[in-house]
Amino acid sequence: MHDIDEKTRKAQEAKEKKAAYGRDIDLDTYCVEGECLAPLTGLEQLDQEDRSMMLKAGVDTTEQDRSGSYIQKDTSAIYATSLMDGLEILPIKEALKLDWINEYYWKLADVGQDKYTARAYTDLHNGYVIRSLPGARVTFPVQACLYLHQDALSQNVHNIIIASEDSELHVITGCVSGSHVVKGLHVGVSEFFVKKNAKLSFTMIHHWAEGMLVRPRSVGVVEEGGLFLNNYVCMKPVKSLQMYPATRLIGRGAVARFYSLLVGHPGSELDVGGRILLNAPETRAEIIARAISNGGTIISRGHLAGDIPGIKAHLECRGLILNGGDILAIPELHGKAEGVDMSHEAAVGKINQDEILYLMSRGLSEDEATATIVRGFMSVEIPGLPPDLKNQIDMAVAQTNQEVM
Amino acid sequence: MLRIEGLQVKLGDREILKGVDMEIGEGEVHILFGPNGSGKTSLLMTLMGYPQYRVTAGKIVFKGIDITHMPVHERAQLGMGMSYQRPPTIHGLKTRDMVSICAGNGEQNVEALASQVNMGDFLDRDLNAGFSGGEIKRSELLQLMAQNPDLLLFDEPESGVDMENIALIGNAIAALLERNSSGLSSSCRKKAHPDRRKMGLIITHTGYILNYVPADRGQVLFEGVIACRGNPQEIFQTISRSGYQECIECMT
Repeated sequence: MHDIDEKTRKAQEAKEKKAAYGRDIDLDTYCVEGECLAPLTGLEQLDQEDRSMMLKAGVDTTEQDRSGSYIQKDTSAIYATSLMDGLEILPIKEALKLDWINEYYWKLADVGQDKYTARAYTDLHNGYVIRSLPGARVTFPVQACLYLHQDALSQNVHNIIIASEDSELHVITGCVSGSHVVKGLHVGVSEFFVKKNAKLSFTMIHHWAEGMLVRPRSVGVVEEGGLFLNNYVCMKPVKSLQMYPATRLIGRGAVARFYSLLVGHPGSELDVGGRILLNAPETRAEIIARAISNGGTIISRGHLAGDIPGIKAHLECRGLILNGGDILAIPELHGKAEGVDMSHEAAVGKINQDEILYLMSRGLSEDEATATIVRGFMSVEIPGLPPDLKNQIDMAVAQTNQEVM
Repeated sequence: MLRIEGLQVKLGDREILKGVDMEIGEGEVHILFGPNGSGKTSLLMTLMGYPQYRVTAGKIVFKGIDITHMPVHERAQLGMGMSYQRPPTIHGLKTRDMVSICAGNGEQNVEALASQVNMGDFLDRDLNAGFSGGEIKRSELLQLMAQNPDLLLFDEPESGVDMENIALIGNAIAALLERNSSGLSSSCRKKAHPDRRKMGLIITHTGYILNYVPADRGQVLFEGVIACRGNPQEIFQTISRSGYQECIECMT
């Protein structure tokens, strides 16, 4: 009880607290009341429009090659089903009735961080809890969809993913807004727990409407021998997106890799970072970002901090500016002990004309050559990602590529 | 046929070509000699249509079409192709995909082509990324094999290639120019390719290429003009013996 009082107090104090980054948002202009929708017994009950929107963010409602699904429409969890032994998928509001969730709920993220975390606590709609049990190999991805359908809604979710000891889990989360949505706010708190020798890949694809404001708040922890792959793809216009997911490597040999692919369209502001703290021996971290500004503003942040000799960390940010865009790359390395091995490379520029001409001399038109180079720029090898997820990312890239050009 | 008339070219403010005349007939292969900085690469880049090489006078006619101001890709589509000395690296583009692009995305057995120039292991690597000098040359050849142009421009195709691969490269170039005899019953190359139409212009410093590709003509470029024309072997021997001095005297 004391714990709840403490969180409530923190939320109260942070109610008006501006975030460290990103434009400030007046939360009162977005409604927190959503229509209460009845749960579905099968995904075929979704209407065609919803299904096609979800597919754009990698959520396949036929559930082919999926281990299970969680679908949230506006404020309601309408579907949560596991198709595999050793895999649990449940709405967080259900999970909160269980004792074990208290080991995880708000254990990494801080209610008092800013007004968005505070809102996710005080006005929680729902969210998912996905857990692979010890030793389970959930090789087909679990898909989760956070679907915002009601205009001017503030959708507040809290997600928890737990890869238990010696398990393997892949999650793809598609965040989508309905085709008629003009504006809206998505606040999402996510907490990731990668236990001893577990492997978790988390791939998030954003496919928002142009007027959307998005404030994800993610924190992860990786124990001994664990691997956490965190992929993020945002290639569609969005009004303002700010996130700075952080992960702590606390056990020997833990590894985290963050990959992000960003496209900033005219009128879009993307402020996307990644932070990995290497706090145990033999840990390794990598942050790789590819950003294309097609006229929008992108801030690409990266922060690696290590305090144990022998840790290895690398940060890479490459930006491509087209059509008068704006990219600010801020790579940060913080070594706090002798013997850390940390490096970064950042490059921002335009497409090399020689590359375009080289391709043109093989018969491609200038537009085709440019598209080929951009596609190459966005194709990042992600070791350890199942082919199906790789295809989802490639599809999202290919789709946008055409639109960007 | 390729015809170059009074071609003058500027790179930035500097005049690089000062009135070049040249004619390469159908089925002919010419060797382009010249000291460093004489404008050889600039001539090839101008022929391919690189816009930084600004044509200030003269014209280029290929297959009867004035291509002086034609964009690069249209020249490629018309049948021109080039093997670069130092092509750019393209991250994220697999060599395999570039070969398909060269083939016009048509049906080409990429693996089979690659094995001919020992490039099988490179197909799934990013184009030119970390390739050695010799690997770059083989990659360029592989691309041209898929592209199959009618006029082939080679910028020092043998530089940086180890002795083991020289024969491989030389024979591949000969095959591209329809001048190979290997595998044919007739030892006469001309007889082996009675309808030979491929044209070539090859820059070489070492002359090794002459051992594999019989050339019809040699031209020496010096300070932006053609200083000498003649038998390529003879020119090469003269240059090997006494440098470019004799060629220059020939001009003056």
